[in-house]
Amino acid sequence: MTHHFPALLIIVPLLSALIVSAMGWINRRWCFPLAVAALSGALAISVGLLTQVMATGPIAYKMAGWSPPIGITYVIDYLNAPILVVILAVALLNLIAAKTWIEKDFSEKIGAYLALYLLFLSGMVGIVSTGDAFNLYVLLEIGSLTGYALIGLGKERAPLSSLNYLFMGTIGASFYLLGIGYIYIATGTLNMADIASMIPQLAESSTLFLALIICMAGLFVKMALFPMHGWLPNAYSNAPSASAGLIAPLTTKVMIYAMVRLGLTVFTPQFTFSRGMLSEAIVWVAVAAIIAGSLLALMQRRLSRMLTYIIVAEVGYMVGGFWLGNEAGVTGATLHIINDAAMTLTLFLAVSAITWKLGSDKFEDLQGLFGKMPFTMMGFVIAALAVIGIPPTCGFFSKWYLITAGINAGQWAFVGALLFSSLTNAVLFFRIFEIAFFEPFATGHGHHDHGPTFSEAPLTMVVPLIVAAISLIALGLYSGDIVTKLIQLAIPAGIA
Amino acid sequence: MELLYSIKPLAAILVSFFVVPIIFSSKSENVREAWTFLAALLKFAIVLSMLPFVLKGGQIAYSLVEVLPGVAIAFKVDAFGMLFALVSSSLWIVTSMYSIGYMRSLKEHGQTRYYACFALSLSATLGVAFAGNLFTLYLFYEMLSFATYPLVTHHQDKEARSSGRKYLTYILGASIGLVLPAMLIIYTQTGTFEFAPQGFMNGAFSKEATTVLLLMFVFGFAKAGLMPFHSWLPAAMVAPTPVSALLHAVAVVKVGVFCVARVITSVFGTKMLATMGLGTIVCYVASFTIIVSSFIALSQDGLKRRLAFSTIGQLAYIILGIALLSPSGMTGGMLHIAMHAFGKITLFFCAGAIFAASGIKNISEMVGIGRRMPFTMTAFLLGSLSVIGLPPLGGFISKWHLVIGTIESGQIFFLFVLLASSLLNAAYFLPISYKAFFCTDEEAMFEKKVDEVPTWCLVPLCITATCSVIFFFYPQPFLQLAKMTVATIIGAPMP
Repeated sequence: MTHHFPALLIIVPLLSALIVSAMGWINRRWCFPLAVAALSGALAISVGLLTQVMATGPIAYKMAGWSPPIGITYVIDYLNAPILVVILAVALLNLIAAKTWIEKDFSEKIGAYLALYLLFLSGMVGIVSTGDAFNLYVLLEIGSLTGYALIGLGKERAPLSSLNYLFMGTIGASFYLLGIGYIYIATGTLNMADIASMIPQLAESSTLFLALIICMAGLFVKMALFPMHGWLPNAYSNAPSASAGLIAPLTTKVMIYAMVRLGLTVFTPQFTFSRGMLSEAIVWVAVAAIIAGSLLALMQRRLSRMLTYIIVAEVGYMVGGFWLGNEAGVTGATLHIINDAAMTLTLFLAVSAITWKLGSDKFEDLQGLFGKMPFTMMGFVIAALAVIGIPPTCGFFSKWYLITAGINAGQWAFVGALLFSSLTNAVLFFRIFEIAFFEPFATGHGHHDHGPTFSEAPLTMVVPLIVAAISLIALGLYSGDIVTKLIQLAIPAGIA
Repeated sequence: MELLYSIKPLAAILVSFFVVPIIFSSKSENVREAWTFLAALLKFAIVLSMLPFVLKGGQIAYSLVEVLPGVAIAFKVDAFGMLFALVSSSLWIVTSMYSIGYMRSLKEHGQTRYYACFALSLSATLGVAFAGNLFTLYLFYEMLSFATYPLVTHHQDKEARSSGRKYLTYILGASIGLVLPAMLIIYTQTGTFEFAPQGFMNGAFSKEATTVLLLMFVFGFAKAGLMPFHSWLPAAMVAPTPVSALLHAVAVVKVGVFCVARVITSVFGTKMLATMGLGTIVCYVASFTIIVSSFIALSQDGLKRRLAFSTIGQLAYIILGIALLSPSGMTGGMLHIAMHAFGKITLFFCAGAIFAASGIKNISEMVGIGRRMPFTMTAFLLGSLSVIGLPPLGGFISKWHLVIGTIESGQIFFLFVLLASSLLNAAYFLPISYKAFFCTDEEAMFEKKVDEVPTWCLVPLCITATCSVIFFFYPQPFLQLAKMTVATIIGAPMP
């Protein structure tokens, strides 16, 4: 049984999507528990895989027993095992937190919605665990198409934002596909390990170099690297709350994983970082992304939109760190995939709870929120500290590696951009704390006792939020272990 | 040196952390405040239980998880940390008492949040005191910034908001903008953060780079209030007086100077700084702050603002003492952490008592108040004498060591700075007491009856004032701890 875990990881959400969808016609009450059970099962499998990898090393699984290059392999190694756990944990927590939202927004279509939710996840999980470059494209499309639907189900401008996302996403995916075509021309294989084994002989191949650039360009569009970020803020902030909490933490992070995977284990670091010009240019784009994302976030007057621009900046962190090409940078970028997924989840869960109670997430409506929703705000504060980068929350540690990488590489602009972004984040979040804490202003000298009345979101929302918030501190405290026992083992030799 | 592994330092830190949920869930005021007391007493008891071992020259260590390669969240109780922990944990008890009197008599809102944040702040303070490496120090330093923000902005009005903004901008801006990069640069070169008696930099940096790094730390720990990073402190005086008393005369600001002192002694190392001649630069920065802040204090009419500027000057004394790098100078600087704490907290308690009893904040309106509030104003006089540094009060002992330190290091200029500043201190403190007691009946502004404050407020300020007197005659265990710290640094046998 454990032998088939890599396959089950995708099959469980995939099949349960069909079952949940069918259950939507039979008895709608069973849809939600089924989806939770499926995700819990998948999460348990991913945890099993993680312990297995940590105990015995990477696992390669041949789908249906076909060997590569004909068959498709799924590879669980030190790099993706922890990310799989994070993806499924994020999805499960968000699903529980979104229960009331789903019942309210999609009561008639709950089966269909949950089926999309699970299909989206099988795409995400597949992208992360596949060992085949073309299969990655297929799963990318599964994840993307369901993602468009999940966003487009929202109200008002959501369909339009989703369409815009669809255009950009399709362009990105097409680029990636084109790049894979070039790789196939140059190497004659699509299996990642096979491609990697041929790279040393093809070190001078300009076809392959072009393939690298095109693949990366495609991924950059899909991860919303500035200036290709235009689709993201609208898509994420107009999406239904239940979808935003799933897609915002996962999509960009999975795309960054794909970039790391391609750079490290397909093209190999020797080849990926061989052209100094390319790396340097990308790092500069990342610097621009960090600064632009932070500044654009400052201009927003709605919580969810502010968060989307923070995501744009965070993408810059990871892209820049990775393309610095040194060990600290790759470590930081990979660690930040995990941390940023958890941070974004916590923030979006908080926003979802706030929107549930207030019907809005505009800044001016957040007055007195510390009194009204203390538990939600506690989670929000911890997440904010993580985004600012205050120890012992996890955000501090990935930022630590990223800044170290900048210092080691002598890339002071990147170091400066990260510090600038930390300080901007402090301003961003304290602006909200101020509104939620001070307003409406106390009269006289604070001698009043008629503060805002307690009115917290339902428990199904608050408990996942608090769990997510605590995980930010736990991830921080265990970041030493995550780095030494997983990420450093995932980084291949040949990185300075 | 004996090293003992024990969970006690962690317990001392966490004891107030764990009462936070209890404080929040308490049904009545009395229960809530009883828990605060319990935590304060327990904390002090744990700290005290470690004292004999530390006085014998031992160190107590405890280490949590390793968060970065070679860097763990680790605690180490040495003589210097012990000194600071004793001061802050003992004063928390008196402040809790004072808080009850003050907050209840003014019927302040949000008292539950207030007590919870206070407990959290004390956790962070002890965390700084017991930090075993630079990373742990930074972690608790930042925790303190956030835990104190709701206290500073307690009144939740517009003034509180703008002061809170200033508070965080200075403190967070400096720590993220200066300390964090400095730490990273040091870590990339040395790969360690472990405090060592002679520092751990081991000549990894050139003189120029060392200078820049040193200044990044000295200014980056903005809680120390060195000019030009001082103006958050007067702004933070909008906080309720018990907050100003404990946090802005003891915990927060002393955490700042403690961090600077730790970095100078245990990161850079006094020998290295002495050979490079860098201590003098810090001395000049501190001297500038001492003189300028004293002049500003002269011009302040708000009592708490005058105390704030006085604090800025006194903090710079401590840094000056450490940066002199001479044994007596360092002893004096460390001792001043304790002596100034007891003196200044008395003054703040008195300022709060006056406000609670009469609603008066400005010095010009306090003519004749000594007749109405004799206990408070006598304590105020004792507190100011201690801060000025006159016998028979504890402040004299630390200032004496500082003066000897300047002579020892052969830098007579700083001797004059100290003397000039003492005169200025006298000039801005003594008129307050004088006017309070000696005035004609026509001048007296308190014709109607003004009573002494409630006992809960009065007792703490009498205790701290009495302590200031006692420390002149018996400055132990602080003097011993300071001397032991210096002996470890210079490699002399334990006193």
